[in-house]
Amino acid sequence: MKRRFAAVIAAALVASSAAATPDPADWDAVLAEAEGQTVYFNAWGGSTATNDFIAWAGAQVKDRYGVTVEHVKLSDTADAVSRVLAEKTAGQDQGGAVDLIWINGANFAAMKENDLLFGPWAEDLPNWKYVDVEGKPAVVNDFTVPTEGFESPWAMAQVVFYHDTARLPEPPKTIAGLLDWAKANPGRFTFPQPPDFLGTTFLKQALYGLVDDPSVLQKPVDAVDYAAITAPLWSFLDELTPKLWRSGRAYPQTGPRQIQLMADGEIDLAISFSPGEASTAIANHQLPDTVRTFVLEGGTIGNASFLAIPYNATAKAGAMVLANFLLSPEAQARAQDPDILGYGTVLSMARLSAEQRAAFDALDLGIATLPPEQLGPVLPEPHPSWATRLAEDWTARYGIAP
Amino acid sequence: MRLAPTVTLLLLLGPLLAGLAGTLAPALGVFPALGGTRPSLAPLHALLAWPGLVPASRLSLTTGLVATALSLAVTTLIMAGWSNTAAFRWMERALSPLLSVPHAAAAFGIAFLIAPSGWIARALSPWLTGWTQPPDLLIVQDPWGMAMVMGLVAKEVPFLLLMTMAALPQTMPRRSLTVAQALGYCRVTGWLKAVFPQVYPRIRLPIYAVLAYSMSVVDVAIILGPNTPAPLAVQVVRWMGDPDLSMRFIASGAAVLQLLLVLAAIGLWRMGEMLVACLGRLWIDRGGRGHLDPLLALAGAGAAGLSAAGILFGLAGLALWSVAGFWGFPDALPDRLSLDGWARHGPMLADPATETIVIAAAATLLALALTLACLEAEHRFGLTPGTRSLWLLYLPLLIPQIAFLPGLQTLALLVGAETGRGAVILGHVVFVLPYVFLSLAGPFRGWDRRYATVAAAMGVTQNRTFWQIRLPMLLAPVLTAAAVGIAVSVGQYLPTLLLGAGRVQTLTTEAVALASGGDRRVIGLFALAQTGMVMLGFALAIGLPRLVWANRHALRGTA
Repeated sequence: MKRRFAAVIAAALVASSAAATPDPADWDAVLAEAEGQTVYFNAWGGSTATNDFIAWAGAQVKDRYGVTVEHVKLSDTADAVSRVLAEKTAGQDQGGAVDLIWINGANFAAMKENDLLFGPWAEDLPNWKYVDVEGKPAVVNDFTVPTEGFESPWAMAQVVFYHDTARLPEPPKTIAGLLDWAKANPGRFTFPQPPDFLGTTFLKQALYGLVDDPSVLQKPVDAVDYAAITAPLWSFLDELTPKLWRSGRAYPQTGPRQIQLMADGEIDLAISFSPGEASTAIANHQLPDTVRTFVLEGGTIGNASFLAIPYNATAKAGAMVLANFLLSPEAQARAQDPDILGYGTVLSMARLSAEQRAAFDALDLGIATLPPEQLGPVLPEPHPSWATRLAEDWTARYGIAP
Repeated sequence: MRLAPTVTLLLLLGPLLAGLAGTLAPALGVFPALGGTRPSLAPLHALLAWPGLVPASRLSLTTGLVATALSLAVTTLIMAGWSNTAAFRWMERALSPLLSVPHAAAAFGIAFLIAPSGWIARALSPWLTGWTQPPDLLIVQDPWGMAMVMGLVAKEVPFLLLMTMAALPQTMPRRSLTVAQALGYCRVTGWLKAVFPQVYPRIRLPIYAVLAYSMSVVDVAIILGPNTPAPLAVQVVRWMGDPDLSMRFIASGAAVLQLLLVLAAIGLWRMGEMLVACLGRLWIDRGGRGHLDPLLALAGAGAAGLSAAGILFGLAGLALWSVAGFWGFPDALPDRLSLDGWARHGPMLADPATETIVIAAAATLLALALTLACLEAEHRFGLTPGTRSLWLLYLPLLIPQIAFLPGLQTLALLVGAETGRGAVILGHVVFVLPYVFLSLAGPFRGWDRRYATVAAAMGVTQNRTFWQIRLPMLLAPVLTAAAVGIAVSVGQYLPTLLLGAGRVQTLTTEAVALASGGDRRVIGLFALAQTGMVMLGFALAIGLPRLVWANRHALRGTA
C-alpha cells in the first residue's frame, strides 16, 4: 500500500511538471480559458475591509472577464497550505480545491520548498510592467526569498505604531524609548503573541533597533552568531515583559484584536503592519478619531503581500486574471483608499500615465495615515529563519509561564 | 432493520478510525509527502522536549475536570432543589435560548462582560469604581483557566439539565420523592438520596461527553483560556497550522497525547464515581433528613442564574455591539447606534445561513433515522446493547476532533472522494449521531413495553406499533434529539472547514474567520444569526408537542 502510494505521488509529480499551462505570456489564451471559471481565492477573512475589497474585485472580474471569484475566508493562511499539502499527500495533482492564496513569508517559503506552487507566471502578467521593482525590492523578495515569478505582489505593508493622542500625546520613537515609557506606564502596551506574524514582526523590529549591524539579519540564522546577536533583544524583553499589559501573562492573539483593546482603553500604543489600518478603523467606528500613527526613528520593516497559485489549482487561468486585475492601477488605487482598505500600492507612480496617477493623487489618505514621505525608510524583512527562530525562543522564554 | 446497528457503527467509526490512522502515522514519523517514510520516535522526542508540555497538559486536565464537576453539581442542585416548582418551569423556558447560543458566541459575550474594560466594569465606572481607564487585571485568560471554566460551565449546565430532564421521567421521580418526603426527608436531601442514584447512570455518557469536550475545546479556550501556555488542544491546532510543515509530526504526537489525557480523565472520573457511590451509601444509611436544604437549593439557583445571566447578558452585549457606533470605556452604552454593520454585512449572512440549514437538516435527519432504526432493531430482535457498543457510540465525542479530522481529510482525498457539501454532511453525522442517540436512547428504551404487548395482542404489526404508537408517544424526545442534533451541527467548525475544503461556508466558519479580526460588531451579528437558527430548532422541539398533544398532558415532554 505504502509503495503504491509513493508511486502515485511520483507519477503525478512528473505529470504536473510536464503540463505548465496556461502560459501567461499568451494572455489572450489565458483570458479565453478563464472565462466561465470559478476561482476559489483563499484569503484571510478576519478583516471586514479586506473582505469587502475582495468582493468588489470579484464583481469586477466577473463583469469584465466572466471569472467568478469565491472568497474562501481563512482564519489562518496555513489552512490553505495544509489543504494543498493534504491533496499532494493524497496524489490529487489536478483539480485541487485552492486556486489562489494570499500569502507571504514563511508560508510562501514552505510551499516553494515543498514544490507546492505553480509557475513561474507572475512576471509575465500584462500589468507587471507597472510594478515598482526597483523602488520596492520587497515585491520580488519575500522575506529575502526570491519570488522568481511564483507569486504576484498586490499590496505593500510597512510597520507603523498607533497611539491615542487623547491619552498619549507624545509616543516614544525608538525601541529604547519604548522601554523607558513602558517602565513609567506599566500595563499600557502589548503585542500579538508570537508566533502570530505581527507579534514576531515586533520582535524583528525590536531586534533592528538593538543590533549594531542589521545586515546580519539578511542571512539565515544558522549562518550567523545567533546567540550574540539576539542577546540584547532578550535582555530588552526581560525588562519589558513585566511592564506589558497584564504583566505579560496574557497577550492578544491577533493584530486586529489590538484595535479592540485600544478602543476599550486597555492599551495606549500598538503595532500595525498597515499604515492605513488606523484610519480605516476610525472610519468604521472601531477607533476614536484621536488615534494617530507614527514610525520609529531609523525606519520600520516593510514587506509585500502576494498571490500564489498552487501546483494543482483547478482554475489557474482564472486565478491569473484575478491576480492581474489586482495589479491594475484601478484596483491598486482603490486598495490604497483608506475608506476602502488603506493598503500601500506596489506600483511605480513613474510608470503610470498621468490619468492613472490622478486616481492616486486624489486620495485622501485619512486623518491617521502618514503621507508616503513621512513613512520613513523601509527596512527589509529578515530571512524567514529569523521569524521562526525568534518565535520559538520567545515562546520558550515568555510564552510558557512558570 | 437487523443490519441498522452495523451500518450505523460503520458510518460512525469508519471515518473515525481512518482519521485516527491518519494521525497516528505522522505521530510515529510516517508522512510520505513530508519525507517521513519510516517509523521513528523523533516526533515523540520533540514533543517531550517542548517545555510547555506539562503545564498545557495539566491545564487540559484541570479545566476539563473542574468544569465538568461544577456543571454536574449545579445541574444536580437545580434538579434537587427546584424540579416541579414554578421557578423550575421558568428555568425550563430559559433553557432552549441558553442551549441555542453557540459556544464561541457565548464565550465572546462572557469575555465582554467580565473583562476589566467589559460591560460590568463600564456600568460601574467611573461613578463607583473611579476608573477612567480600565484596571490592568488578568481576569479573562487567567493562567488557571478560571474564566474558561466559567464559560464552559455556563454552556454545559443547560446541556446537562436537558439531558437530565430527558432521562428523569423513566425513574418516576415524583413517586420516589413523595415516599422520601413522607419519611421526613427534606427536598434536596430526599432527591439526592432517592432520585439521583437512579438518574446518574442515565446521564453518565452525556457527562463523559462534557468532560471530553471541555478538555479538548479549542474555540472557547482561545477566547477565554490562558495562552501562556494554552491548553494542549489549542497548541495542537497551532502546530497543525504552523507554516513549517514538519511541525505536523509533533502536532500529531500531541493529538495522540490529548486523546490519552481524555481517556485518563474519564478513568479518573470513573474512580471518582465509585468513591462517591461508597460514601453516598454510607450517607444514605445514616438516614440524616437534611438541614442545609434551603441553602443548597439557593446555591444551585444562584449558580444557575449566574451562568444564565452570563450567557444572556453576553449575548445582549454582542447584539448591542452589532448596532454600535464608537463605544469606548467607560461608556455604559455606545455613543450612537447605527445600522451600518447590518447594512454592510447583513447581505453576507444569506448564503452561509442557507448552507447551514441544509447541512444541519440533512445531517440531523440521517442521524435520527439511523438512531431510530438501531433502537427499534434492538427492541425487535432483542439485541442487548452491551457497554461496548455504548463506548463505540461514544468514541466520536471522546476523541478530540483535531486528532482525527486532518487524517480523515487526507484519506478522503486518497480514495478520490468528492469533498464538499456531501462530505461535510457525512462528517457532521459523525458528531451529530452520538448526541442524537444519547438524548433519544433513554426515553426510547424507557418507553413502557406493555403498550407494544397490548398492541400485539390486538394483532397490530410491529411496523404499525412503531409508526402509530411508539413514535407518536415519543414525539417530544424525538424532537428534542433533533434540536440537539441541529445545535451540534450548526456549531461544527473543524469538520466543515476540513471536509468542505474551505468551500462550504456556514455561519460558524464565517464567524470564526471574522472573529480572528476581533471586530465585535461583526462577531455580534454572526453570533445572533447562529443563535437564532438553533433557537428555532429548540422552539419547534418544545412547541410542536404542546401543539400536537394539547390534550395529552403526559406526552408534552415535560417531566
